[in-house]
Amino acid sequence: MLEDKDRIFTNLYGREDWSLEAAKKRGAWHLTRDMLQCGRDWICDQIKASGLRGRGGAGFPTGLKWTFMPKQVGDRPHYLVVNADESEPGTCKDRDIMRHDPHLLIEGCLVASYAMRAHACYIYLRGEYIYERERMEAAVKEAYEAKLIGKDNVHGWDFDVYIHHGAGAYICGEETALLESLEGKKGQPRLKPPFPANAGLYGCPTTVNNVESIAVAPTILRRGAEWFSSFGRDNNKGTKVFCISGHVNKPCNVEEAMSIPMKQLIEEHCGGVRGGWENLKAVIPGGSSVPLLPREICDTVLMDFDALREVRSGLGTAGMIVMDNSTDIVKAIARISYFYKHESCGQCTPCREGTGWMWRVLERMARGEAEHSEIDMLLDVAGQVEGHTICALGDAAAWPVQGLIRHFRHEIEERISNYRIGKPLVQGASVAAE
Amino acid sequence: MAVRRFDLEAGGETFEFASETEGKISFWLAKYPEDRKRSAVIPLLWLAQKDNGGWLSEPAMREVAERLEMPYIRVYEVATFYTMFRLQPVGKFHVQLCGTTPCMLRGANDLKEICQNKIGKAFQVNESGRLSWEEVECLGACVNGAMVQINDYYYEDLTSDTFAEIIDKLENGVAVEPGNFVARERSAPEGDAITLIDSALYDGSVPAGISGLPNAPSELPESDLQPLGAKTAKVKKAKTVKAEKKAADAAVEATAELPEETDDKKRPEVVEAPAKGEADNLETIKGIGPVLVKKLNSLGVFYFEQIAAWGEPEMAWIDEYLSFKGRVARERWIPQAQELAEKKKS
Amino acid sequence: MSDTFKLVVDGKEVEVPREYTLLQACEEAGAEIPRFCFHERLSVAGNCRMCLVQWEGAPKPIASCAQTVGDMRMNPDGSPPNINTKGEYVENARNGVMEFLLINHPLDCPICDQGGECDLQDQAVAYGRSDSRYEMNKRAVEDKNMGPLVKTIMTRCIQCTRCVRFVAEVAGVEEIGMISRGEDAEITTYLEQSLTSELSGNVIDLCPVGALTSKPYAFNARPWELRKTESIDVMDAIGSSIRVDAKGAAVMRIMPRVNEEVNEEWLSDKSRFVWDGLGRQRLDTPYVRENGKLRPADWSEALSVVAEKLKGDASRIAAFAGDLACVEGMKAAKDLMTAVGAKALDCRLSGQQLGVTPSGETLPRESYILNPTLMGVEEADALLIIGANPRVEAAVWNARIRKAWLWNDLQVGLIGEPHDLTYDYTHVASSTSGLKDLGAFGDVLKTANKPMIVVGEKALVGDGGYATLKAAHDLALECGAIVSGDDAWAGFGVLHNAASRVGALDVGFLPGEGAKSASEYLASNCADLDTVILLGVDEVPMSQFGDSFVVYLGSHGDAGASRADVILPTAAYTEKTATYVNTEGRVQMTTAAVQPKGAAKEEWAIFRALSDLVGKTLPYNSADQIRDALREDVPSFAGMNFAPGNAGAEALSAPLPAATESLSDDPVFCPIGDFYLTNPIARASATMAECSLQKQTLEVSAAAE
Repeated sequence: MLEDKDRIFTNLYGREDWSLEAAKKRGAWHLTRDMLQCGRDWICDQIKASGLRGRGGAGFPTGLKWTFMPKQVGDRPHYLVVNADESEPGTCKDRDIMRHDPHLLIEGCLVASYAMRAHACYIYLRGEYIYERERMEAAVKEAYEAKLIGKDNVHGWDFDVYIHHGAGAYICGEETALLESLEGKKGQPRLKPPFPANAGLYGCPTTVNNVESIAVAPTILRRGAEWFSSFGRDNNKGTKVFCISGHVNKPCNVEEAMSIPMKQLIEEHCGGVRGGWENLKAVIPGGSSVPLLPREICDTVLMDFDALREVRSGLGTAGMIVMDNSTDIVKAIARISYFYKHESCGQCTPCREGTGWMWRVLERMARGEAEHSEIDMLLDVAGQVEGHTICALGDAAAWPVQGLIRHFRHEIEERISNYRIGKPLVQGASVAAE
Repeated sequence: MAVRRFDLEAGGETFEFASETEGKISFWLAKYPEDRKRSAVIPLLWLAQKDNGGWLSEPAMREVAERLEMPYIRVYEVATFYTMFRLQPVGKFHVQLCGTTPCMLRGANDLKEICQNKIGKAFQVNESGRLSWEEVECLGACVNGAMVQINDYYYEDLTSDTFAEIIDKLENGVAVEPGNFVARERSAPEGDAITLIDSALYDGSVPAGISGLPNAPSELPESDLQPLGAKTAKVKKAKTVKAEKKAADAAVEATAELPEETDDKKRPEVVEAPAKGEADNLETIKGIGPVLVKKLNSLGVFYFEQIAAWGEPEMAWIDEYLSFKGRVARERWIPQAQELAEKKKS
Repeated sequence: MSDTFKLVVDGKEVEVPREYTLLQACEEAGAEIPRFCFHERLSVAGNCRMCLVQWEGAPKPIASCAQTVGDMRMNPDGSPPNINTKGEYVENARNGVMEFLLINHPLDCPICDQGGECDLQDQAVAYGRSDSRYEMNKRAVEDKNMGPLVKTIMTRCIQCTRCVRFVAEVAGVEEIGMISRGEDAEITTYLEQSLTSELSGNVIDLCPVGALTSKPYAFNARPWELRKTESIDVMDAIGSSIRVDAKGAAVMRIMPRVNEEVNEEWLSDKSRFVWDGLGRQRLDTPYVRENGKLRPADWSEALSVVAEKLKGDASRIAAFAGDLACVEGMKAAKDLMTAVGAKALDCRLSGQQLGVTPSGETLPRESYILNPTLMGVEEADALLIIGANPRVEAAVWNARIRKAWLWNDLQVGLIGEPHDLTYDYTHVASSTSGLKDLGAFGDVLKTANKPMIVVGEKALVGDGGYATLKAAHDLALECGAIVSGDDAWAGFGVLHNAASRVGALDVGFLPGEGAKSASEYLASNCADLDTVILLGVDEVPMSQFGDSFVVYLGSHGDAGASRADVILPTAAYTEKTATYVNTEGRVQMTTAAVQPKGAAKEEWAIFRALSDLVGKTLPYNSADQIRDALREDVPSFAGMNFAPGNAGAEALSAPLPAATESLSDDPVFCPIGDFYLTNPIARASATMAECSLQKQTLEVSAAAE
């Protein structure tokens, strides 16, 4: 188990006070000016050396991303935008950071903004996080009052933090949709290129980072890149907040070292699977977008980017959804398909039309009211959505379906067969009632 | 997501923000560049919804459009795109029940049944007008499923029993505090804590234990950070002589007490008043403006010869007194003064 | 970095400008790329995903409409990128997109007006599957009201957002949007209000499916039954290129043709929807007034009555040309008048001081055409509009001004009463006396590289009219708007609002020596005239013709016809092959799409017949012969379909003759009260009446607020 002294989010559960004084006691805002004085290249190099990969799901190296910003500030100001639109089912880690350790995030914003020559940062919270937003506003106010940020602050880099919020749209977690939303439009992803580092918020150079990626940065600089990279396997460094939900005895968020075995994580921190490990059916390891893994794989798989990719899934946001044997796995995935249908922005054809199609087929399959041939057709439809859309929501909608068929095809087939026993086939009977 | 339409009848003809909301509107508008005020459309629609009893009416939407100078259709798009904008009336307590898979695995469907039984159909206000409900997608509190959001806040770790009790209380006018509904600290695992139990994390010893940054470069690079200490009259490196002058003047005005004299800082030689006739025009020295002249005069510096005689310690003292670093040297006051003094003699 | 980029499309190497999209590059290489959302004149949306192609080495297919060629990378070995627009990979991707588009698209092609000219239909045949694998219920979407012109069947919509982008970007009124999201996304106007743009009909052409169709044309005909005739529009002085679709004797619809220099590919609602007016209120037989009442007559009777009048005192005979008169008719009229010795001709019924100075000096052609050309506004960087409202006087051109304002940072100034022009402008003054001091906008003009000064007809009406023209031209000279030589720029011109006007001025349909101008005659209720021949004059108060004998030539029973003593019915613009000159001085011809209504004849033939009866036979027997004569008389008719443009700089370099009157302090109002009802054809159209009514209702309700 990760030792307490190596945890970054030492107030993850909010047992202590969130406010500035207590946060400082826990180490926040310590040596921050020194970090800036070491220069932008040093900051980026340290973050690169730490091996930090983006914590929002895609896992892009954070330090590298910061260097994509223009080296000079031209007519257009630079912006940092923090993606706090935490909406991926199974994920609720940024919420804890914002409500219990807001100062680590604000400090991270300053350091990252300095590294990318930004004087302003917007933190985009999902609309439902009202409590978290109130907390963030309070923390930002504290930071202003203590002259940690703002004009003429004690760090010598004029810097404003603004809290912004959405109003219920998963797609705004996609970085360009988030920017559109922040500009007061519908959250419809933009075509890329241009990438935000060239033309982002208000057409200005912008970097969008996840809350956790930004919040860990100051601690990495304070404790050294090699400290952070001493956790986890190569290419999968550091500590990470995992969210374990579903059929475990004690669902929780917990910060652990990367590459921890999934089984160990569940047994040590979550009191094990409900009814024992043997009762495990499947785990969705990285938020609802990634394909599920059956128990055989969960037995040994490590929780990191590469290990999960090798088993054709992904670490994503590290939001694990655990399902025991009582789970109706087809129904569970059908519910995820409904989620994507509900959250598709409707802009591009394959996602707009394909997500609803997949959900409807899955709903019938969950009842068994389908044809065997539809399984392959569903797979084909998922393949037609995947990779053909403007943003990654299409992929995210296709992968859970593909994962389900990959690992639980037999169960769907069985259900279809059982449903038909003794029943005349009336195709689409229940669909008509929809 | 279903087809979303304004309830035009219930929305009436007009809408006005509550007077106490005006401050909040200004607060939000101040966050965005002047010419980007449509950025505030979601926050303002949200405030309008608050002022309209929890749902967004068509006149309220128009009011927001007008404040932000946006075409109605663009605001209409936003209002219908984001599902937290409710276009039909809701109850005093609007329950948003998370039904997505992680909560579903923890019994969300049972909660849904309770809603149906105790409140009625989704999106319909119950008879007393106190309650309404809808199923929403993942609310981002998965490790605390099953959960609901009632108005603004989260009610977590719910079972059928606890949820039914909450609903009953709200229906009967009894307030219920949001939070966890099992014995548990927020997102921590139930039971005795096994992590974050080291008290050294919280007693201040963490920052105390880090005296300097590891890996800090031996030589700090050139920095564009503002120097510390120049707390008032922050001056950016100016580009033109004129701006430099102004800056210097400002720095002069900001000074107060005379600095201490030390080995390497010495107050320059003074004369009481312009001894014979007029003082030299110190403004001839590039870098010295009228305010600076006044200041130098007040220190007893009137002549080129005086400045020409300064050495390192005098320069350092003046630098500190006038709170600008290295300016005397950078602008070559002393060589200039020497040259001018020579000229004066001949 | 070179300006071009090399790439290999289907094995064929092409080199294209870097700013090209991959889609354009593929087309350059001869490949066909299907698309729904992409449109050359709109911003790129990239949402239909139909134009997917394969970029060898890329992990996913690429939406070719959204990929700028210049942003592409070379292959690792430095060779140009390879693009495949054919093959299984691409076909599979398109196949999938097509299937998605069709699962919720109704199979109602047999009753869909788009049938036969539907992109979805065509592309489904070319790229789709032969069957559908989707067996569940299809989505139904409520239809939306968009006003009297655009009919909606929203279930057919494929959410390409072309209409949304058109109204926002080109028309400049943000009135259509996509609401909700996901599969529930719907295209609508705000709460189903009607569209207010003068260009709204273009969304019908843009819609790749049958979601937005023409309401007046609904269920009238199938595209393959229609006879298509390429022609020219006469509803304004732009002379938009149109295609007249007819079935039997009736015009069924009017569509725009692409003409980069004139109307791009847009058409104003009046030009597009006026066609039902061609079938109503028609004058299909001659009439003669008897005992105060008009009664039908045959041609020989009617003509002989007129001939008798023409034999009278020539100094008391006048001919006036209205807004829709064609060049051939005016030429023949002028020739006949000259033959009988009558000199009172005029085409400037509302008193515009055009073509000649008040003292009778003839002005060069460049003083009354739009020299900088319609397209020229895209080169200009500053535009001063004097006394015109291009939004209603030249709706299509207004979209081009907006385009230049939007993309080229064109700065616009306006003298005249302010209107909503769909773009920002500096309001310099309300009256033409504002020309004396332009304030800050004067500096804008002076510092501009290509300033453009455009005078509307309304600013030239009345006593100060010529002074305005002169002052505007002086201003043009002063601010460097007239540059001759290699980089010639003729940044001065007149914006007309009637199709006939420039042609009439070219023909010289102006008072001859000793004759007064039309406005002078009208002011005295034609006391000096016995006989007045009107070529479709309907826009002046008919009481002003006093007791004179009025011969009306025209196609529609409107104001002029009810005042007339003899009516000679003529062919409308869709029924004759005739010449019009647009505001730029561009000579263009209509083509007859249908037969003239009833006994109606072309004007020139009527005058030719009259000339026989008065014994002064005109020297031509066909329209071609009259056009030959025209070319001989007036050199500008020699060239077809081109605008002289900057060639006019030379002539404009000299100041115009001095003006005696002074600039007016009266505000200049828009000459067009109702965009939809500017001429007899439009006033006969039920569709236009409906549009007009709706606009009034909107204005009344807005005023009440």
